[in-house]
Amino acid sequence: MKTTALLFATVLVLPTVAVAQTYAITGGKVHTVSDAGTLDDATVVITDGRVVAVGTDVAVPDGAEVIDATNKVVTPGFVPAYSHLGLVEIGLVDETVDSYQIGDRFSAAVDVTDAFNPASTLIPIMRVEGITRAFVAPTVSLWALARVAGARTSLIAGQGAWVDLSGSADSVVQPRVAMFVELGETGAALTGGSRTTAMLELREALTDAHDYAEEGGDNWLERDRALSRLDLQALGPVIAGSIPVVARVERASDIRAAMQLADEFDLKLVIRGGAEAWMLADELAEAGVPVIFDPVRNLPDRFERLGSRLEAAALLNEAGVTIAFSSSDEHNDRNVRQKAGNAVAYGLPYAAALAALTRNPAYIYGVEEYGSLEPGAVADIVVWDGDPLEVTTYADAVFINGEKIPMESRQTKLRDRYLKLDRELPHAYTKP
Amino acid sequence: MSVQYKRLLAMTLVVFAIVACEAPRESDRTAVNTEVFESTYQAMPSEPVFFRNATILTGDGERIDGGSILVSDGTIVAVGADVEAPDDVLVVDVGGKWITPGIIDVHSHLGVYPSPDVPALADGNEISAPNTAEVWAEHSIWPQDPGFATALAGGVTTMQILPGSANLFGGRSVTVKNVPARTYQAMKFPGAPHGLKMACGENPKRVYGAKGVAPTTRMGNVAGYRSAWAAAQKYSRDWERYENGEAEEEPERNLQLETLAGVLKGEILVHNHCYRADEMATMLDIAKEFGYRVTAFHHAVEAYKVADLLAENDTCAAMWADWWGFKIEAYDGVRENIPMVDAAGACAIVHSDSEIGMQRLNQEAAKAMAAANRIGFDIDEAQAIRWLTSNPAKALGIGDDTGTLSAGRMADLVVWSGNPFSVYTKADKVFIDGALVYDREDPARQPQSDFELGQL
Repeated sequence: MKTTALLFATVLVLPTVAVAQTYAITGGKVHTVSDAGTLDDATVVITDGRVVAVGTDVAVPDGAEVIDATNKVVTPGFVPAYSHLGLVEIGLVDETVDSYQIGDRFSAAVDVTDAFNPASTLIPIMRVEGITRAFVAPTVSLWALARVAGARTSLIAGQGAWVDLSGSADSVVQPRVAMFVELGETGAALTGGSRTTAMLELREALTDAHDYAEEGGDNWLERDRALSRLDLQALGPVIAGSIPVVARVERASDIRAAMQLADEFDLKLVIRGGAEAWMLADELAEAGVPVIFDPVRNLPDRFERLGSRLEAAALLNEAGVTIAFSSSDEHNDRNVRQKAGNAVAYGLPYAAALAALTRNPAYIYGVEEYGSLEPGAVADIVVWDGDPLEVTTYADAVFINGEKIPMESRQTKLRDRYLKLDRELPHAYTKP
Repeated sequence: MSVQYKRLLAMTLVVFAIVACEAPRESDRTAVNTEVFESTYQAMPSEPVFFRNATILTGDGERIDGGSILVSDGTIVAVGADVEAPDDVLVVDVGGKWITPGIIDVHSHLGVYPSPDVPALADGNEISAPNTAEVWAEHSIWPQDPGFATALAGGVTTMQILPGSANLFGGRSVTVKNVPARTYQAMKFPGAPHGLKMACGENPKRVYGAKGVAPTTRMGNVAGYRSAWAAAQKYSRDWERYENGEAEEEPERNLQLETLAGVLKGEILVHNHCYRADEMATMLDIAKEFGYRVTAFHHAVEAYKVADLLAENDTCAAMWADWWGFKIEAYDGVRENIPMVDAAGACAIVHSDSEIGMQRLNQEAAKAMAAANRIGFDIDEAQAIRWLTSNPAKALGIGDDTGTLSAGRMADLVVWSGNPFSVYTKADKVFIDGALVYDREDPARQPQSDFELGQL
């Protein structure tokens, strides 16, 4: 018996093999997050990493592995729209943190793809709870910066990536999907203490990048400029409008200033943070500017966040703004669905909350074939034991790229080791 | 000793001291007035009320469906399925809604690290020395922190406000009722003992290590605790001998040692920030060496590894549902920590350490409960609510006053819009000492801080 169990465990932890496995998830309540809406007692068929069929009268193909989802709920995998997964292992262990830099040798050219670690323990810990992908971004840490006397860091943090949480070597699905910048209080702190200089620094960078894109060439590079050659090159797609610039701004006036700058340079703007975005929801909707935020941060915890409130998600959505959620803590990106549930408790329609966790982040960053359960979509699918926005619900089965992932993590192993405290041999001999 | 008697005694001693100044006698004894910064808390006005048709979680493990609660003069008079409403009392049919004791958070920094988070208001860590047992968190509390009102809307009726964790001995904590007030004294929970905040592990050695002073290691931490307790033992003995008349000379009063001596006398409860299992065992041994109790370990991320030890020592573990990984001593977090501690027979508590998490401690408990039930535990709401009510009340030394819905307890209770173990449920009405302090449907009963008034 014991031998069998051990062998079974060994098989489970082998890397997922890309065989053309077909799965049929049957009998569940399926939130398609598409025009098809929510289907009761429906079947989802997955082949070759893609959803091939979804519906209430879909036949189970021959040879498919059937996952019975009766009385369960099926959704696309959830996505934190702003994360540091794969860049941080332990917050206060500097050697394991690549989400920010201290220094200003490079800024826009910083690319998280170079640091992303698919073997991070955070990845299985998130995915067993239904987080299957993430937008991974670089950031700025004023706290870390303050530890190094005289250090300076640009308000342009660099470029983020679209990753899956399969843990495989090719987890980065799409690199350089967006440019991340800090304005507001943080931008001011980085540029001498005033919002005015923060805006000037960004304007200067964009102007140089614009000129560089227009003129280019080595002659131009001899001119005085703020950024390095690689930084200017990296800003090219931002200037061209082919990737969004995600600006962390909170105060209403700062959001307006960012929108004006975006107009001036014809940028594709995304607001992150946006505590007071609800106060100009109509303007944001009109301009097609999405907002990524943590919907439970409701305190005036900074002067730029005086307008924080729990109804922000509902108000922005009502006005037609595309919203997506982030947690403030990569170690608990799994709680992004709890945040969505709270947004529903404060007026956000349920379907809008599901979209904010799936389809909207993909839309905001311009990545395709993700975020809904319809034929052709990437098969990141979660079978939940109840309402996925509910705090008493957990994932029963998780698929990433059409592969069923093992439902274990370093946390489940630690738990299983200590479930029994009184063991014959020391706990170190129990290796779940 | 009754409070009145203590006050009288204190006044007598003051008079004595004045007289003594005028005409020195055989002893120049100074009176140590311990009745300082006293609670001026007054319950808000209330009327007797009878709740009927409620789903009641009593806070000590019982659930009563279709139950009633009679509240009068700020106190719970009766709770049960067959309680009758007396004449002339307001009867409120809550239509099956859930009623629980008010939520108690044993770990808050509201007021000492308030919103907005600016250096001018950040008064939670006296990082000038590793032992600042002489400081009191209450002297840092800004009662206008907007976080008090948002916590109230989350059903929090009582909280312990602690100094931060930079120091081995961070100072005294204070327990307050979550009522809006102009002064912290008007929030102070009457009769609640002070706590002593201690901290294990990374924080003290990091903060002082960076300054190049002790402690720079965990062994330095332990030497720091033991040296301080040894000094406190001597201080206690010196005062005892003086008070017994065995010693002639009055010992010099030392506020730092006075706090530690208060712990040795059992008057101040130890609340010890401690993540790692092995360090909890070390701290329990130090407590044995010097003859005090560790009332609760806070942030006990690894409590599940030594839950049996905690049960043996009758020490509570205050835990997050899922915070982990922000430092290496928090690396071994598991979803089931709280229920695993509970199952071992130890006192398990859900705490927040966060002005955001504090607003939904019920959801935090729900996550832990559901995670454990998935692996074969059998925890229901009536059991899980203890982590938020009676267990924290016990850890704060106020278990006979609040934390359960039973006759004679303070009428601190929450009427929830539904099952409190749901993300969609909100605290509809919050009562403290029988007074309606928050009503979701009535903006007139939703307090707003001075700071927020007129801002936007």
